[in-house]
Amino acid sequence: MGKWSRRAFIGAGVAAGGALVVGIAVRPGNPIDGLSPLLTDGENEQLLNAWVKVDTDNIVTAVIPHVEMGQGVYTALAQMLADEMDADWSKVQILEAPADMQYVSDSIGRDFLFPNLQVPALIEPTVAGGILELAQAMGLQFTGGSYSVRATGQRAMRTAGAAAREMLVAAAASEWQVPAAEITTADSMIIHAESGKSEPFATFARAAAEQSLPAKPKLKSPENYKIMGQPKARHDIPEKVDGSAVFGIDADVPGMKYAAVKAPPVIGATIESMDATTAKTMPGVLQILNMGDFVAVVADGYWQAQQALGTIDTRYSKTEGDGLDQDAIFARYASHLDEAGEDGGDMQTEAGDITKGFTEAATKVEAEYKVPFLAHATMEPMNCTAWVRDGKCDVWSGHQAPVNARQAAADAAGLPFEDVTYHNAYLGGGFGRRSDSDAIIMATRIAKATGYPVKMIWSREEDTAQDHYRPSATSRFRGGLDKDGKAVSWDNIHTHLFDPADAPTIPHYNIASHRIRKVDVSMHLRFGPWRSVDHSQHGFFIESFVDEMAHAAGKDGYAFRRELLAKSPRHLKVLDTAAKMSGWGSALPEKHGRGIAFVPSFGSIVAQVAEVDMSGPKPRVTKVYVAADPGFVVNPDGFTAQMESGIVYGLTAALYGDITIKDGAVQQSNFHDYPMLRIDEMPEVEVTLINGDHERLGGGGEPGLPPIAPAVTNAIFAATGTRVRELPIAKHDFA
Amino acid sequence: MIKLNVNGQAREVDADPATPILWIVRENLKMPGTKFGCGIAQCGACTVHLDGKPIRSCSTPVSAAEGKTITTIEGIAAEDGTLHKVQQAWIEAQVPQCGYCQSGQIMAATALLEKNPQPTDAQIDAAMAGNICRCGMYGRIRKAIKAAAGIDTAAKVEA
Repeated sequence: MGKWSRRAFIGAGVAAGGALVVGIAVRPGNPIDGLSPLLTDGENEQLLNAWVKVDTDNIVTAVIPHVEMGQGVYTALAQMLADEMDADWSKVQILEAPADMQYVSDSIGRDFLFPNLQVPALIEPTVAGGILELAQAMGLQFTGGSYSVRATGQRAMRTAGAAAREMLVAAAASEWQVPAAEITTADSMIIHAESGKSEPFATFARAAAEQSLPAKPKLKSPENYKIMGQPKARHDIPEKVDGSAVFGIDADVPGMKYAAVKAPPVIGATIESMDATTAKTMPGVLQILNMGDFVAVVADGYWQAQQALGTIDTRYSKTEGDGLDQDAIFARYASHLDEAGEDGGDMQTEAGDITKGFTEAATKVEAEYKVPFLAHATMEPMNCTAWVRDGKCDVWSGHQAPVNARQAAADAAGLPFEDVTYHNAYLGGGFGRRSDSDAIIMATRIAKATGYPVKMIWSREEDTAQDHYRPSATSRFRGGLDKDGKAVSWDNIHTHLFDPADAPTIPHYNIASHRIRKVDVSMHLRFGPWRSVDHSQHGFFIESFVDEMAHAAGKDGYAFRRELLAKSPRHLKVLDTAAKMSGWGSALPEKHGRGIAFVPSFGSIVAQVAEVDMSGPKPRVTKVYVAADPGFVVNPDGFTAQMESGIVYGLTAALYGDITIKDGAVQQSNFHDYPMLRIDEMPEVEVTLINGDHERLGGGGEPGLPPIAPAVTNAIFAATGTRVRELPIAKHDFA
Repeated sequence: MIKLNVNGQAREVDADPATPILWIVRENLKMPGTKFGCGIAQCGACTVHLDGKPIRSCSTPVSAAEGKTITTIEGIAAEDGTLHKVQQAWIEAQVPQCGYCQSGQIMAATALLEKNPQPTDAQIDAAMAGNICRCGMYGRIRKAIKAAAGIDTAAKVEA
C-alpha cells in the first residue's frame, strides 16, 4: 500500500521511530521542499518541520493543521508544541496550515480508518506511509470529531515540538563541543550551565536543520509540563473584540460583486422555469443566472441582489420527496422498526444471552423515544467568495476541511487542484456544517459563469432551509431488572444515523446481556454531522431509558448509575463528582427537580446534573453541574468554555430545536421559527475538570453536549412525574 | 449622495436610501466588523449605535441615519487604540469563541452601560436578550459586563 517514495519520506522523516505520528517534515533538501515557500517569509526563517518554525527573532511559530471555529484549537495545539519545545510562550506565534495536501492530518486519517489497529513498531513506517496516502486520497485536513487535541496535538504537535528541541540541542552540543545531555532548554533558550553558555533557539536554527531527525523524541511526563495544563489566554480573542477578525464573509477582493441565491425548497428538485422580468430592471442587478439547481442574482451590492431575487417567480420540478410530511417520516421509521421486529435489523453489539436475560428478569421496562431534525444555525450564514479566470481559481471561505474545499472548487471550476488557491478564514461557527462544500461549489460555479469575483451569501432563510440536517430518529428499548432492581438486560433498536459507531453502545455500563441493532431508512433530505453527531441522539435515548429503568427499580438515577458503573472507578469518579457538586439528594423547592446523565463520548467522560424550575409556564433550567474527565486538560479555561458551549448548543436543541417537513420542504426559515436559547434563559454552569489518564486524551468540542438533554428531561420527570420521550421539550405542555 | 457621520468621520455614500445600514458599512464603507446574521432583527449580530442607541443595522434603512451619528465596533476604542472597557472585559473573561456575534454583543453591552452604568442581572438579561450567541457564551457575557461595570471582577486568564 502506498508509494515507496512516500515510505522513503516517512522513513527519513521524524516519523521513522515516532510511533503513530507521521511528521510531515519540511526542511531544506527535503524532497517535499515545495511546501517551504508557503510557510517561510524571506530568508530569515528556517523551517524545522511542518509543525514548527523558528525565525531569527527567536519567535517560535506553531503551524496548526486545523481550523479555528471558536474551540480554541490554535491555542491548545500551540501549548502542546511549545511545552515540549520549552518555547517562550509569550513569543509563540500561530499560523494555520495552508490547504495543501501535504498537510493532511494523517493521525486523524489513521483513527478514522483503523481505530483499533495495533501495529508492531517495526512495520509502523510502512503502515504510516500507507495511511498518509489513504488520508490524502480522502482529502482529510479536517477539523471535527473533537480530534484536534487528542490526535494531532497528542501525536503530532508534541512530537514535533520535542523533535525540534532535540535537534536544536544537538546542534548546540556540536557547536559547543559538549555532551547534549548537559544541555538544558527553557523559554526558547539553550543553556549549558557548566560553561555558562546560553543562546536563543534562533542561533542554532540553521544548524539544527542539518541534524539527523530524532528517531523518537522524548516527550515530557505531566510533572514537567509548564504550558500544558495552564489556562492560557486564547490567541484569537483580541481580534474578535475589535471587529478586525476576518471571517469568510469578510473576504474583500477588488472588483468583487455580490450574489444572492435561492435553491428549490424541496431538496433534489431543479429549476423548471423562472420569470425574472422585474428583477432585470432593478438597480444594481448585473446578472440573473439559472444554475439548474438554484437561482443566483449578481448585483453591485448584496442587498440589491437579495431584493431582486425576491421578485423572481420560479417553478420547480416534481420530485419523489414532494409529498413527504413530518408524520410520514416518523411513520416510516416505525414501519422499519416494526418490520425488524424481535430479531431483525443490523446487529451493532451483542453480549450475553438476551433471551435468557429477559426470561429471568423480574421487571420489564419498555419505551420509545423520538428526536427531530435539527439545523446547525451557525451565526455566520453559509457564504463563499470565488474568482475564476485565466485558468486559475481563488476561493475564500471558512471551512472545516480546507483541502476538501479546494478540491470541490477545482471540480466546480473544471480546473486541476494545483490551479486553485483556497484561502481559509475564521469560521463563524462550524458545528459540523462547515465540513460540507455545497456553498464552495455554488460560489465557484457562479464565479465561473461571471468571470469576475463574486461573494455569494446565503440568506438566513436559505441557511435554515438548505442545511445538511442532524437526522431525526426513533429508538426503542426493552430493559430487564432482577428482583433486587439491578439492570440485567438491555435491548435497543433504532433508526440508523451516522457515526461514531460507539454512540448507541453502553460498554461503560455493566449489564450482563445486551443487544443493540439498527435499521436503515432512506430519505430525500441531506444530512450532515451536527455537534457530537450520533451522541446527540443516543445520549438522550440511552440516558432517558436508564432513568426509566431506575424509576422502575425504585431507585434514584444517581444510585442506579453508580451500580452500573461499580466496576469502572474512573467513570464512577466523574459521576460522583457531578452528583456531589449538585448537592444530589438535598431538598429543592416545590416544582423544582434535579436530573443526572452520564455520557462518555469522543474519549472524554462527562456527567451532568441539571436543575429545573417547573413552577412557571415553561420549563426553566436554572443550574447545570458538570464533571468532565478528558484524560488530561491542556487548557482548563478553554475546556471549560467548551463544556459551557456544548451545554448551550444541546440545551437549545433540547428545548426548542425542531426542523419539520411539509410537502418535502423544511418549514422553518429564521430565528423567529427556529428559536435559540438567549441570555435570559442561560443557566448557571459549574464545571469541574478531572485529569484521569494523561496518556489517552479525549476531545473537548463535543462531549459537553450529549448529557444535557437527558439531564434536563430527567429533571423534569423528577419535578413533575412527566417523562419526556420526544424532543424538543417545547412540544410538551406542562401547565 | 447620502451624508453620514460614522465613527466620528463625515462620509458620503451613493446608495439607495432604503439600503440597510449594515450593507452600507460593510460594503460601501468597507468596515466588515458589523456582521450579517438574520436580516430580520432577530439575532443582534448587526448591532450598531445610532446616536448612541443600539439598533439592528440589518433592518434600519440608511436614510434613517442622515443627520445622526453611527458608531460601529471599529469606533469604540479610544483614538490611541486603547480598548473600550467592555472590550477589555471581554478579553479578560475570554468571552468569544467563534467570535462572529461578538461585535453585536459588545455594541449592545456598551450601549447598556452608557445608559445604565450599574445594571442588575435582570437588566443585563433584558438588554442582551436580542443578541444570539450560538457558541453559548452567555455566562461569560454576563460576567464581562459586570466586570466592565465594576460590579464584579471577572476571573483573569493568564496572558
